Amino acid sequence: MSQNNPADRLYSKDHEWVKDNGDGTAVVGITDYAQEMLTDIVFVELPPVGKKVAQGEPVAMVESVKSVSDVYAPVSGEVIEVNVELENAPDLINTDAFGKGWIAIVKLADKDELKSLLSAADYDTLIREEKH
Amino acid sequence: MELIFEISRPGRGAAHVSASDVPAVDLDHIIDRKYLRDELDLPEVAEIDLVRHYTNLSRRNFGVDLGFYPLGSCTMKYNPKINENVAAMPGFTGVHPDAPDAFARGNLELMYDMQKRLSSIFGMADFTLQPAAGAHGELTGVMMIKKYFEKKGEKRHLILIPDAAHGTNPASGALCGFEAVTLRSNMEGGVDLEHLESLMTEDVAALMLTNPNTLGLFERNIEKVAQIIHSRGGLLYGDGANANAFLGKTRPGDMGFDVIQLNLHKTFSTPHGGGGPGSGPVGVGEVLVDYLPVPRIVKNDSGYGWSDHFPDTIGRMRAFYGNFNVMVKAYAYIRSLGAEGLTRATEMAVLNANYIKEKLKPYFDLPYDRTCMHECVFSGNRQVEQNGVHTSDMAKRLIDFGYHPPTIYFPLIVPEAIMIEPTETESVETLDAFCEAMISIAREAEENPQRVKDAPLSTPVSRLDEVLAARKPDVCWKK
Amino acid sequence: MDYCPHTKDDIARMQAAIGISGIEELFADIPEKFRLQKLPDIPYGLSEQETITLMSDIAARNQLPRMTLTGAGAYVHFIPSVVSHIVGRSEFYTAYTPYQAEISQGILQAIYEYQTMIAHLTGTEIANASMYDGASAMAEAAVLSAKMSSRSKIIAARSVHPQYRQVLRTYCWANGYTITEVPSAVSGQLDLAGLQDALDESVAAVIVQSPNFFGCLEDVTPIAEAAHAKGAMLISGFTDGTSLGILKPAGACGADFVVGEGQSFGNPINYGGPYLGIFAAREKFLRRIPGRLAGATVDKNGKRGFVLTLQTREQHIRREKATSNICSNEALCALAACIYLAALGTNLKTLAALNVNKAQYLKSRLLQIPGWTEVFSAPTYNEFTLRCPDARAVNEKLQAAGIIGAYDLQKDYPELANTLVFCATEMLSRNDMDRVIEIIK
Repeated sequence: MSQNNPADRLYSKDHEWVKDNGDGTAVVGITDYAQEMLTDIVFVELPPVGKKVAQGEPVAMVESVKSVSDVYAPVSGEVIEVNVELENAPDLINTDAFGKGWIAIVKLADKDELKSLLSAADYDTLIREEKH
Repeated sequence: MELIFEISRPGRGAAHVSASDVPAVDLDHIIDRKYLRDELDLPEVAEIDLVRHYTNLSRRNFGVDLGFYPLGSCTMKYNPKINENVAAMPGFTGVHPDAPDAFARGNLELMYDMQKRLSSIFGMADFTLQPAAGAHGELTGVMMIKKYFEKKGEKRHLILIPDAAHGTNPASGALCGFEAVTLRSNMEGGVDLEHLESLMTEDVAALMLTNPNTLGLFERNIEKVAQIIHSRGGLLYGDGANANAFLGKTRPGDMGFDVIQLNLHKTFSTPHGGGGPGSGPVGVGEVLVDYLPVPRIVKNDSGYGWSDHFPDTIGRMRAFYGNFNVMVKAYAYIRSLGAEGLTRATEMAVLNANYIKEKLKPYFDLPYDRTCMHECVFSGNRQVEQNGVHTSDMAKRLIDFGYHPPTIYFPLIVPEAIMIEPTETESVETLDAFCEAMISIAREAEENPQRVKDAPLSTPVSRLDEVLAARKPDVCWKK
Repeated sequence: MDYCPHTKDDIARMQAAIGISGIEELFADIPEKFRLQKLPDIPYGLSEQETITLMSDIAARNQLPRMTLTGAGAYVHFIPSVVSHIVGRSEFYTAYTPYQAEISQGILQAIYEYQTMIAHLTGTEIANASMYDGASAMAEAAVLSAKMSSRSKIIAARSVHPQYRQVLRTYCWANGYTITEVPSAVSGQLDLAGLQDALDESVAAVIVQSPNFFGCLEDVTPIAEAAHAKGAMLISGFTDGTSLGILKPAGACGADFVVGEGQSFGNPINYGGPYLGIFAAREKFLRRIPGRLAGATVDKNGKRGFVLTLQTREQHIRREKATSNICSNEALCALAACIYLAALGTNLKTLAALNVNKAQYLKSRLLQIPGWTEVFSAPTYNEFTLRCPDARAVNEKLQAAGIIGAYDLQKDYPELANTLVFCATEMLSRNDMDRVIEIIK
C-alpha cells in the first residue's frame, strides 16, 4: 500500500514530487506510488550538480532489475545538490520515497511553474484513476 | 558448487607445454621488463578435476537435448548431430582466414553456394554472410539503408518500429543515427495501416517489420504495407527472426522486403551454444546490392575469390568473413533437408504451434485469437487477477515439470505474455505432455498458488536474488 | 530427410484438434499471390550418408596447410583435448542464452569464471561475457567512449589491425564520428609526438593494439597518460591473446578498455569464425558496457548462484537508448576460452615464453638469408616484420610447398613494400622452421 501523499508538497502527473523550501530552492523526488510501480530500485543515475533542466525534461534515471525510467524535472532550474546516499543505497527510494529517498535540490528558475503542479488531493485522485 | 578458482592448488596443472626445441633465449633480454607482467593468477587444477568441474557444471544446464525448450522467438529446434560432425572436419576447421584462396577453395565454394541458396529461399538478389549474429545483421541492414539514402542525397532521419518489435530493432536504428518512431498494432495484432499512412513521410527511411510479427501472426496486409512505404521512397526492412514460420511457403523478396537478416542459429538449426555463436546473414534486393559489406566473394578464372572493390559498400562489420563454422552447419542442414524438407519443417512448426494454442486456449487468456504461425502468445492475466500468480511464477513452475519455460513478458504489448514456440522437431506426445503440465499449473495456481510462487523446487538453486545482483554487482571473483 | 517426428496419423489427429482439414489452411493469412508452390533452386534432400559425402568432398577441396606462418589476428595454437570434450557436451551447446538462471547455472558459472580470468589477464576489474570478435569489440568500445563523453572524434594507431580499422570506420560513419589515424615511429611503435599533435578536447578515445599488427609491443603507459590528459579514453587491444601470459596487460598501464580477439584461447582457426571478442574495462564503466554479464548472487536460502545481471544496459530493456544492440554473443567460444585457460593455468606463461622463443629462432634464421633485414626495432612477441628482396616470391615458394606464408603488408600499407609479418607459435617445430628457410633460400 502506498503511503499517503504528504500535503506539504506538489506533484507532477509523471509521479514526481516537489517541496518548495521557500528560499528559491526546491527538493525533488519520485512518489511512493511511483516506487511501488517500479519495484525494487537497484540504481539511480543522478544528474551532475550544476546541470540546468527545463520542466518536463529528464533529470535523473531510476533502474529496477527489468526497467529503466526517466525522472522528469517537475520544475525548471539548476541542480544544486543531489542525494549521494542513493549511490550506495538506491533502496532509500523504496523505503522512504518522500524523505530519505529525495533525488535532487533545484534552484527554481520560475516559481510560477509550481502553479502548474497538482496538490496532494489532486494527485490522490490521479493515482486512484490510474489504478482502475 | 565451488568455483574453478576455489579448487585451484599451486603447482597443479592440466595442460603441459612442450619443451622447447630451439635455443633458449632470455626473455628479459628480448623484452624489456617494463613490458612484462608481474603475476599470472590463473587456476591450477589437475585434468581430472578440471573435467569433473565442467562436466558437473554442464549437468546444471538445460539444453534441447535434455528436453522440450519452447522459448518463443528463439526457435529451439533439434540441432542435428551430423551438422556438428561435418563442421568438425579438419578441412573446415584448419584453414587460416588469410590463407591464399588456393587453400580455401572448398570454403569459398560453400559460402558462395550458401549465398545463392539463401537468395533463392528468400527471394533476394544477394546475401552477405559476414554478420556474426541476428542483431549484427540488423545493424548491417540498417547501415545499408543509411548508405542508400546518403548516396541518393536524401536526409531521412526517422525509422518506424512496430510496438511489438524486438528491442534490437530500435537499438539498431539508433546506432545508425535514426530516430525510432513507434508504429501501433491494430486490434488483430497487425500493422495499423492508418497509423502507418500518417507516419510515413519523406523523413522516414524505413519500416523495420517482423513478419510474422512477435505475436506469431502473419501480416495479412503486407502488400499494402510495402506499397505505402515504397510509394514514399522508403525501404522495407525484414527482421528474419521468425523465418521458421514461412520458409518454403512465401518469400520476403516477393512480398516487397528490400533487406532481411536471418538467424542461422534459429531457422537453420545451428546450436545456440548458451548464447552464441550465431550467424546473421543479410539478404538484399537489387536496390541495396552495391552497399553490401566487403569483402564479397566473386567468381574468377580460378574459381572463387575475395574482393574489396565495391566503392559504395558500407565497409566491414567484423574481421574476416563471418562465423564460417556456423555456416557449414547451416549449409549441411539446407542440403540434407532439401526443398521438400525445409517446407515440411515450416508446416510442422506451424501445425505444432496451432495445436498448442488450441489446447491451452481454455486455460489461459489468448489476446489475439486467430491462426498463428510458428508461435503463439498467451497472457497470464487471468492467473494474476484470480490467484495473484504471475507469468514468471508459472514459468518457474514449468521447470519442475522438466521443461524450459517459454519466453515471458515479450512482446511488450501483451501483459504477462507467455510466448510459446514449439518448433517442428517435437512429437505430439511431447506437446501433449507439455500442455498437460501447463494446465496442471493453471489448476495449481487456483488451488495452491503459494506452491507456484515458490517454484522451482527441483533445481540446484532456488530463485535467485536478482535485486542483490544488480545493486551490488559481483561479476568477477575476488579472493 | 527432415527431423519432424509426426506420422500421418499424428497430423490427422492434430488437424482435427485444431479444426482444419489440411495444413494449407494454416497459411491462409499469406496473400495468395505471394504463396510459393515449391522452393526454387534447392535440390532434393540428402540422406545423412549422402550429406557426409557431399561435405567431405567440399572440405577436401580445401588444402590443409603443412604449416601456417601468418597470424594477423587469427592464431594457430595447440588445443588441449579437454576443450572440445567439454564444449561438446550438449547440455552446453544446445542451450540458449541463460535467461532462466535456475536451469542455467552451468553456463552462468562458467561465464563468471571466464569474466574473472579475462579481467585478470587484461589487468582490468571487469569483463563481459564476450562480443562477436576482436574487431567489433574494439568498435563498440569506441562508440561507447564517444557516447559517454559526447565527443565525436576517435584516434586510432595505424598499427592497429587493418580490418579492425575498417570496422571502426564503418561503425563510426554510422554514428557520425570521425577517425584520425596516427602513424608509427621508426621503432614500429605509435609515434607519441604525432599522437600529441592529433589529440585535443574533442577526442573521445585513442586506440592502440599491443602487440600491434607489426608484432611490436607498444609502450602503453605514456599513451594512456597522453589520452587522459585531454580527457580521452584509452582503448587498448592486442593481437594474440596468449601474449597476455607474459606481457604486462594494458589495464595495468592505464587503459580504460581492453579489447581483443580471444580465439587463441582454445578455439580453432575455422577460416575466421566463430571467434570471441574480449571486452574488459575499468569498474566505473560497469553499468555502461555492452554485452551480457554474469553476476554472483544468492538464492532465497542464501546459496551462491549466478544470474545475467545489469540487463537494463541492454537493448531488450533500453531499446533505442541502448549503447549497443548486441544480443547473441559467442558464449560457447568463451566457454572454450575458459576451459583452455583453466587447463593451461600458470602454464600460459610457459607457453607464451615458448612462443617468443620460437619467433626469435625463426627471425634469426631468416635474417641469415642475404637481403633480409629487420624493419622495426621495438620488442616483439610471436610476430615480427622483416623486409626481403621479393615478398611475393617468398610466399609463392611457400605456397608451392603447402605452407601458408607470412602476411604481406603491402596491400594495407603501400609504403611498406616487400615486408612480411611472420608468426611463429608453439605449433612450429625447429625442423619446420629449418624447412621454411630451405624453401625460401
